[in-house]
Amino acid sequence: MFQRIRSLVVKELLATLRDKKARIALIVPPILQLFVFAFAGTQEVTNISLAVFNPDAGRASAELVQRLEASGNFSHIRFVRSTGEMQAAIDRQQVVAGVRFQDDFSARLLGGQSAPVQLILDGRKSNAAQIVQGYVQSVVEQFGRERAAEGRVRLADAAIEPRNWFNPNLIYLWFTVPSLVAMITTLTALNVTSMSVAREREMGTFDQLLVSPLRPLEILAGKALPAFGLALAQATIFLVVAVLVFRIPFRGSPPLLYGALIVFIAAMVGVGLFISSLSATQQQALLGTFTFMVPAMLLSGYASPIENMPAWLQPLTYLNPLRYMMVVVKGVYLKALPAAEVLHQVWPMALIAAATVALATWQFRRRSA
Amino acid sequence: MSDSAVLVEMRGLTKRFGPGRPALDRLDARILGGTITGLAGPDGAGKTTLLRMIAGLLDPTEGELRVLGVDPREDAEEIHARAGYMPQRFGLYEDLSVQQNLDLYADLRGVLGEERRETFGRLLGFTDWARFTDRRAGALSGGMKQKLGLACALISKPELLLLDEPGVGVDPISRRDLWRMVEDLVKDGVGVVWSTAYLDEAEQCETVIVLNEGRPVFCGPPGELTGRVRGRAWAVPVEHGRRRALSKALQSEEVLDGVVQGHRLRLVLRGKARDRWDASEAGLEGKAEAAEPRFEDAFIDALGGPPRGPSRIAEAMRQVPPDDHPVIEAQDLTKRFGDFAATDGVSFTVPRGEIFGLLGPNGAGKSTTFKMLCGLLRPTSGRALVTGLDLEHSGSEARSRLGYMAQKFSLYGDLSVRQNLEFFAGIYGLPRARQKPAVDGMLDVFALRDQADEASGGLPLGFKQRLSMAAALMHEPDVLFLDEPTSGVDPLTRREFWKHINGLVEKGVTVLVTTHFMDEAEYCDRIGLVYRGKLIALGPPDELKAKARTDKNESPTMEDAFIHLVQAWDREQGGDRKEGKP
Amino acid sequence: MKAPSPAPSRAGAFSPRRLGALIRKESIQIVRDPSSILIALILPVVLLFLFGYAVSLDSTRLRLGVVLEERTVDSESLLAALRDSKYFLVTPGASRREAEADLTAGRTRGLVVVPVNFSRYLLSGGTEGAPLQVIADGSEPNTANFVQNYVRAAVGGWQQARLLERGILVPPARVDLQPRMWFNPSLESKNFLVPGSIAIVMTLIGTLLTALVVAREWERGTMEALMATPVSIQELVLGKLVPYFTLGMGSMLFCTLVATLVFGVPLRGSVVALALVTAVFLVSALGLGLLLSTLAKSQFMAGQVALVIGFLPAFQLSGFIFEISAMPRWIQAITFLFPARWFVQSLQTLFLAGDVPAVLWRDGAILVGFAVLFVFLTSRVTRKKL
Repeated sequence: MFQRIRSLVVKELLATLRDKKARIALIVPPILQLFVFAFAGTQEVTNISLAVFNPDAGRASAELVQRLEASGNFSHIRFVRSTGEMQAAIDRQQVVAGVRFQDDFSARLLGGQSAPVQLILDGRKSNAAQIVQGYVQSVVEQFGRERAAEGRVRLADAAIEPRNWFNPNLIYLWFTVPSLVAMITTLTALNVTSMSVAREREMGTFDQLLVSPLRPLEILAGKALPAFGLALAQATIFLVVAVLVFRIPFRGSPPLLYGALIVFIAAMVGVGLFISSLSATQQQALLGTFTFMVPAMLLSGYASPIENMPAWLQPLTYLNPLRYMMVVVKGVYLKALPAAEVLHQVWPMALIAAATVALATWQFRRRSA
Repeated sequence: MSDSAVLVEMRGLTKRFGPGRPALDRLDARILGGTITGLAGPDGAGKTTLLRMIAGLLDPTEGELRVLGVDPREDAEEIHARAGYMPQRFGLYEDLSVQQNLDLYADLRGVLGEERRETFGRLLGFTDWARFTDRRAGALSGGMKQKLGLACALISKPELLLLDEPGVGVDPISRRDLWRMVEDLVKDGVGVVWSTAYLDEAEQCETVIVLNEGRPVFCGPPGELTGRVRGRAWAVPVEHGRRRALSKALQSEEVLDGVVQGHRLRLVLRGKARDRWDASEAGLEGKAEAAEPRFEDAFIDALGGPPRGPSRIAEAMRQVPPDDHPVIEAQDLTKRFGDFAATDGVSFTVPRGEIFGLLGPNGAGKSTTFKMLCGLLRPTSGRALVTGLDLEHSGSEARSRLGYMAQKFSLYGDLSVRQNLEFFAGIYGLPRARQKPAVDGMLDVFALRDQADEASGGLPLGFKQRLSMAAALMHEPDVLFLDEPTSGVDPLTRREFWKHINGLVEKGVTVLVTTHFMDEAEYCDRIGLVYRGKLIALGPPDELKAKARTDKNESPTMEDAFIHLVQAWDREQGGDRKEGKP
Repeated sequence: MKAPSPAPSRAGAFSPRRLGALIRKESIQIVRDPSSILIALILPVVLLFLFGYAVSLDSTRLRLGVVLEERTVDSESLLAALRDSKYFLVTPGASRREAEADLTAGRTRGLVVVPVNFSRYLLSGGTEGAPLQVIADGSEPNTANFVQNYVRAAVGGWQQARLLERGILVPPARVDLQPRMWFNPSLESKNFLVPGSIAIVMTLIGTLLTALVVAREWERGTMEALMATPVSIQELVLGKLVPYFTLGMGSMLFCTLVATLVFGVPLRGSVVALALVTAVFLVSALGLGLLLSTLAKSQFMAGQVALVIGFLPAFQLSGFIFEISAMPRWIQAITFLFPARWFVQSLQTLFLAGDVPAVLWRDGAILVGFAVLFVFLTSRVTRKKL
């Protein structure tokens, strides 16, 4: 039995890695994706342009504008001469936000009145807008506080000491790169398994396997193991790139991460096998992979945190292996997540792996005779 | 336009795809109006390349080509408007209905109004498919697809009609229909090019261009080539042991080629024509009778005959111990798809050491029966036993004793020859120590050593076929399942193939084979004819042929027998139906 | 034999009848093929649904751990203030260790520690202020930012309330920041995600589906049969473009209806502008799909390439989830090369802002450029030869 599986695995690997082109196609695009998407997949807000309309000739408004400029959050400040111009700049997406003073801003402050400042944000980009709002707010608050101090009004204050653990400078790459390790590995594991059976069906070699002494489970194992090996190898390359090229410190235990990775890839390979046992043609397999892949990515907590989803939708994410792996890969990599916590995420994946492999075998038996 | 107008003129026509042997090498030929020109040769001989060049879909590398008076390199559109072309894969849209396919090609070719109605009427008149017009093309049988494909190519009454292997995978009845459709056109002065790997088809053409590995071998009326073997074809009756007799005869220096035909051997001799021949010169007992030479004899003669010597694979194979139990057993085998019974209560047994042939028209249930027997399809009811084991329950062990060869090449094209063999040795559980000698042995026996490290997908069909066979035999199976094993294969490779099969059967191996190739059916000990899901005839080839004997046709061929039996069954059923009516 | 059928169908000349036949054929195939229905009708609903509900960038209700190392009136009132914030789901922690473990495990996104002596510092009124530790989980930088900002806002509010309560008036001369969110006042991310996801659906129909269907004609040999007929290149290309264009426009109408009626996304721009921009984008996406499949000729290759250069960029590089201005310059430069980027921008503007001529003219012109380029390249590489 092991010999038969071994022959299958050798065949599969030879077929996948036979020529140079195939090997390149397996290695280069994922690495490219890792680099492009690591930088592209960012929610970070930098390089923001801000419009300022300041009809006030006083000192206070000029100082506040200067502070905004000096804060380093805004790469470009665009001075406009009318409300209309500001509006146009926002409409055309030349700036994300506009700050509008009134002409009596400085006068009001001097007179001890409160002085309104309007902050207009482009709601088409609600995420960026919210963050910009935070930046502006903190600059304005600081400004207010210091003016108050100048006015010798003593304030009993709570001084916030902000800290960001695991990623003190909030470098976005530290988030995207480990997440991409899980995502791109998923893509490989699914792609290699889901298409392989359909391709053999289309080529007619599948009948050849079915009339041989191979049992359905052996055929499945022969399909699963190479995909498994390739996905694991790819994950390893990505981790090495993450540490050596992106210089993201690996804090947890590698064996723990690999243990979880193995279970995770098993679950993904199980899903791939199930898709392939359902599809008669490569086109169906491709569309099937796609139909699973997109929701899996969206419901993984990568694009947006799971707790932001509506309560009735959250239970659905429990069926998604990627959801657990996202926690583990970032947890072990960045936070040195303890083993007990990892285990907590691993057992659902093991369950999913067992269920999908069983389903694939059953479906496969049903269709192969 | 006179009947013998030259439609296509080729001079030194050559096509290369990259370095190496050209796909077509310096062909000089003409294609005339009002005739059928056969384009014969094994797979990979350059037939499709030539047709594509004539159709203006490929540019020649060198040489001169004029089609319908124009150079296809300059004005392919002119050819597209005036010539009809049916590619090998029909060019049908499988998800469109028959009518929708016809409409599409009629629109594309600008056949409108009255002309269109007439054309459709004429085309539908060829066959009885008027009732199928709403059916999806994908749901048609292979023969029907070919007919529809041909109809689509005929819509605008082309001046030149190019058909790429219209006879592949088509049963004898459909083939006759196709031929009739084409003959009608020829009467109107259309020039037809009919490409084929079957030389009996080529023989019926007025002119033949024979290609081999891109080289033209012969160009002219087939009779001219056949004439070269006149007086060299002889038939010798053999009562028992016809396979052994054939192998003995082939060892004789005098015999160039031989095949089994029922209980006779058909031999082609070397050297000159002779008036009489004593079969004992070739170690045979029966009395030799002169036989009508065939185009295929001449073709093999032109290529120098098949390789000599006994089958080495059979020699290396162990003797399967004799055993009185049937090896293959179909017990009331039935498969239903919905309320349609593809196979309906088929029963037969095959004893050890027999070649059993399954024949039948396209879509008659032949492949369904075959698939159930080798365990690829689960029967709705009834049982299929191989060596007494039910494949459904004791799958793995039973399967390890059978060998399987699929219709089209279905090994791993991106693996090398050696890797394919190693793979099959592995999955059939050959012990590690025996794998290497077994693979080496196969490479030697099938003369694949020079190609051992080439990707198998790129090999010529003959090599692929030998490799498929090697893979199927590596584990010395007791039973061989062959599904149209030689379709599209040239006669020489086919001879070699049957030499091995015959040798194996002598060693006690049992063979189940399906085929559309009537020559191949002659090798079988017994034939089961499947039609409309039922086994309508069962017996040795001679017995079936005897049923088709009439006053007009005293020595019917296997093809005659096939057509006779199917039509007789249709009449009988038709009679039944009439009786059933009140 | 009489002369060949007189030449309405002569060489190369354009024939509306042949085009009609090709379009009819393609339409029947679309209707019969379940996978095109899947891509055109079911997938859009799934995607809109996911982007409408699943992907929400509005961080409401972040899980926040709070540890009070001293229990005083001040610390309790701060806890209450955090609890009252609509942004947090507060988990009071018994000890700092436990709360830190929660943060590590990802059960909380942030942690506020009120240290011993907090109240004393407050009372002393020193200029350095009472230390209040706010720790965010930096492994998700975006969320970490939200945590820091929201905690700051909540604490600020708490301070003001506290001062007022004690009769200490807020310093009179204060700057009163009045944020206004234009186009999307309630800041719902679905309002900009849903229009963006329509672009993804259009890319799928335009590029992936077309790439597969043309490659299928090559694989099944029907392309060879078509080429041997008098069909011209323009007819072949148009015969593919028109049916899938219609399918895409139909799907667009369907998506727009679902977006506005089901998800309540506003449509502030004009329907005409929406239709025009979509039409131009679709032609460019279809052109790319045709180009790919003409070059690849196998479904497997065409599908893979369409995913890598069609779908993934539309997802990652179009600015629909991920802010383009935040990407490094070299990636921003790459985004210019993908039509999806311009389409997403136009859609977000059309749905949320209205007809902004400056944006629409520019994006429209660029999309027209892409469309012309791809269709031109396709008719260049499609030759009636094998």
